[in-house]
Amino acid sequence: MKIIVCIKQVPNTNEVKLNQETGTLIRDGVPSIINPDDLAGIEAALRIKDTRDAHVTVITMGPPQADVALREALAMGCDDAYLISDRAFAGADTWATSGTLAGAINLLGYDLIITGRQAIDGDTAQVGPQIAEHLGIPVISYAEEINAEDKTITVKRQYEDRYQIIQAQYPVLITALSELNQPRYMSVGGIVDAYDTKEVKSLAYVDLEHLVARENIGLKGSPTRVKKSFTKSPKGKGELHQVSDDESVEIIIRKLKEHHIL
Amino acid sequence: MSKHVMVFCEQRDGVMQKVSLELLGEGKKLANALGQKLIALVLGHNVDALNQTALQHGADEVIAVDSEYLSDYMNEPYTKAMTAVLKAEDFEIVLIGATAIGRDLAPRVAARVKTGLTADCTSLEIDPDTNHLLMTRPAFGGNILATIICPEHRPQMASIRPGVMIAPEPTAQSNGTVRNFPVEFTPADRNVTILETVKSAKKTKDITEAKVLVSGGRGTGKEGFATLEKLASALGGMVGASRAAVDAGFAEKEKQIGQTGKTVRPQLYMACGISGAIQHLAGMEESELIIAINKNPSAPIFDVADVGIVGDMHKILHKLIDRLERLA
Amino acid sequence: MDFSLSKKHELLRDLYVKFAKDEVQPLAAEVDETEQFPYGTVEKLARYGLLGIPVPREYGGAAADNLAYAMAVEELSKVCATTGVIVSAHTSLCTAPIMENGTPEQKEKYLTKLATGEWLGAFGLTEPGAGTDAAGQQTTAVPNGDNYILNGTKLFITNADAAHVYIIIAMTDKSKGTRGCTAFIVEKDFPGFSVGKQEKKMGIRGSATCELIMRDCVVPKANMLGKEGQGFKLAMQTLDGGRIGIAAQALGIAQGAIDITVNYVKERVQFGKRISQFQNTQFELADMQTTVDAARLLTYRAAYFKDKKQPYANHAAMAKLFASEAASDVTRRCLQLHGGYGYTREYAIERMMRDAKITEIYEGTSEVQKMVIAAHMKVN
Repeated sequence: MKIIVCIKQVPNTNEVKLNQETGTLIRDGVPSIINPDDLAGIEAALRIKDTRDAHVTVITMGPPQADVALREALAMGCDDAYLISDRAFAGADTWATSGTLAGAINLLGYDLIITGRQAIDGDTAQVGPQIAEHLGIPVISYAEEINAEDKTITVKRQYEDRYQIIQAQYPVLITALSELNQPRYMSVGGIVDAYDTKEVKSLAYVDLEHLVARENIGLKGSPTRVKKSFTKSPKGKGELHQVSDDESVEIIIRKLKEHHIL
Repeated sequence: MSKHVMVFCEQRDGVMQKVSLELLGEGKKLANALGQKLIALVLGHNVDALNQTALQHGADEVIAVDSEYLSDYMNEPYTKAMTAVLKAEDFEIVLIGATAIGRDLAPRVAARVKTGLTADCTSLEIDPDTNHLLMTRPAFGGNILATIICPEHRPQMASIRPGVMIAPEPTAQSNGTVRNFPVEFTPADRNVTILETVKSAKKTKDITEAKVLVSGGRGTGKEGFATLEKLASALGGMVGASRAAVDAGFAEKEKQIGQTGKTVRPQLYMACGISGAIQHLAGMEESELIIAINKNPSAPIFDVADVGIVGDMHKILHKLIDRLERLA
Repeated sequence: MDFSLSKKHELLRDLYVKFAKDEVQPLAAEVDETEQFPYGTVEKLARYGLLGIPVPREYGGAAADNLAYAMAVEELSKVCATTGVIVSAHTSLCTAPIMENGTPEQKEKYLTKLATGEWLGAFGLTEPGAGTDAAGQQTTAVPNGDNYILNGTKLFITNADAAHVYIIIAMTDKSKGTRGCTAFIVEKDFPGFSVGKQEKKMGIRGSATCELIMRDCVVPKANMLGKEGQGFKLAMQTLDGGRIGIAAQALGIAQGAIDITVNYVKERVQFGKRISQFQNTQFELADMQTTVDAARLLTYRAAYFKDKKQPYANHAAMAKLFASEAASDVTRRCLQLHGGYGYTREYAIERMMRDAKITEIYEGTSEVQKMVIAAHMKVN
């Protein structure tokens, strides 16, 4: 079985802080990580490989620095890694990104594609389903459990108020939730291999041009534009009390009464 | 050329989802601003009653696709039906609730009709100069807001976060019309098989509906959460949690507030032992009254709190609960 | 000269940090409190290759270098010095001597099991009467047919009860003194071998420190490690390598203490200010961090020279001397910055202070390191 896992390298938004004076984000020193949902996707693919004959290829579209995310995936046990990187791809929105990734996936061949549900920096949850549309294959999103058999794959699919057990035939695309599993660590030997014996292969637009039209890539191929981005003006600071526990209770009671909660 | 604003009305088991009513309210505003009609799209099987609901909440017209292929949500039949409607008429704007269904359906539809889609928007506006839809959404952990436009492709599609728009009061009467739109389905459209659907027993109502929320973080601890339950019941509210508290196993995932959890705007939000990661703040800072208790006077939660109390939440809450019980 | 880590080492650091935070730190206080050996952690260390870091791939190791190994011990020790010493004793004191001195058969039989973590290893040199004066060995090994018969007691053996295999130094010819010492690979199940009582220690309380007792213990001749009479030299070389591990452990304890103290001083308020705002706090921490960085450079340098197969005994001794004394000093000063809370077992700093002390004692006391360094300087 040929499995392709799509990952994204993202800034760890949990460690992003706001400069209260300027209202800007402090991005310095924020580590880059594999997007958590994507990490669950890697683990899901590796678990299939643990129990049956499967070849796991991990791909990402991003700048050259995304190399380390692919090495990490290799160090976890993925067989192959491709960095899809080209200036021509820059500025792509989800439509153009998914089209480009679909081109690369067509080039590599596949039975099963796993993506994360959404990336913590953009939070769109669009690239997975849109890759499926570009490839013309079914999508099962929000996967909480995956059970891959030879001919079919069964997925527990989460909704807010229910879950469904959905079965599909290959090829199919699944979007993984981070709740899907606890990803394994890299191993020490895996890291050594990732740098010393394996390689991260590169795909540029020239490798994909027979599969993806030039007008469909990058900023030019993107229907949406960012008009502006801004930081939320933090709400004005309220009152701060550092008093005894009893006085604190009185302040709270008073406020609750003022706001008609009591 | 007559153009319209569409709201996708999401139904589950024949029940209109709350977010769809919210979108009808918002869609109406946009349609009015553009001088266009608001059209509700109702997909399902034997859900005619919902057509009325949509009309009563502001739709000028309902386009209904009725088929047994649409009785349970499935990605491909819904995509096919929605795409067919979008291709048949000119739509300027399409709004979809950013639910587990909406965020599965919208991207596929957008890809098929080749247009832009902006996910999980929290505010929409019409640009008075260009008439473009300005779609604003949080990104980058909730602290950046980005305004997205889709200048050259139509429709302009957006999924909207539940709970941020305001549902209109239903009117008793409506002059709107219902139009049935035929779509041909074939068995191949069911490209996956639903083996089983299990509804989770609704243990509690959703925290987004609570008027009072008391929340804890990692520092609150397991025992602290038991105290929060007591306080919540004394105040007639519910308990919420930060992501760290959920990760630590103190609270269930459905109680998580913040960027990857839920957005809440209760009348009272009490943050007890929450330091206030920006992801968390993004999910609660619109609350009407925010009271924060934390032992660290420089905790970021105090930057958004209306009332900040520096102190030991455990001691203060025990005394507060005593006080509330005596008051009652 | 290049002081930056390679991308490979940076990724290794990521792994160690994550593993330490998720798997080791949550157990650290309990391991200390209960004095229980963390068997579960050792299984996980094995699964992710942390018990065979510098061992070649053909023997099931990770084929990484000694720098990678030192970094592992450092990161583990930042959160739990017990876990740090388990890895250090296993790798430096049992795995390394077999890797460096073993016959192909011995490597096949033992190195593979050690590198994959199926077996844990330990090292027995110290005796009741032979501590710093390691030459005063009383354990004897007498040939008998295809075997040697070992008699004697080893003391303060790290990993003792948890290990499956031991490097034991014994006298094959007492008349020759240190040149009459020979090293043996002894399995726990060999007849006549037993593990004695567990010591109650001040620190690293989760590591199993016991006596090893050999009463007519039967060890096959095939299990002699290195040549007869070369045991003392083998032991001293093994300790040279071990000192990189202990230096890394000390370095980790010290850095871990600074890390938690930095967090603490930013939260603790006295006189209406965070105590991090006081210049005394700032100067203390700046001073300590400088010392710990110096310890890190010494430790990595020693690992670097071992990797380059250049003489490193002197560098390892300096690293161990400096890092262990830094660990004791830094943990004590960090505790002071914690004030009264630091003295309670609510906070990890008191454990770190207790854990730090041993690094000045085992695998050669500070005084022994100074002897090594002075000898290298030809000051005598």
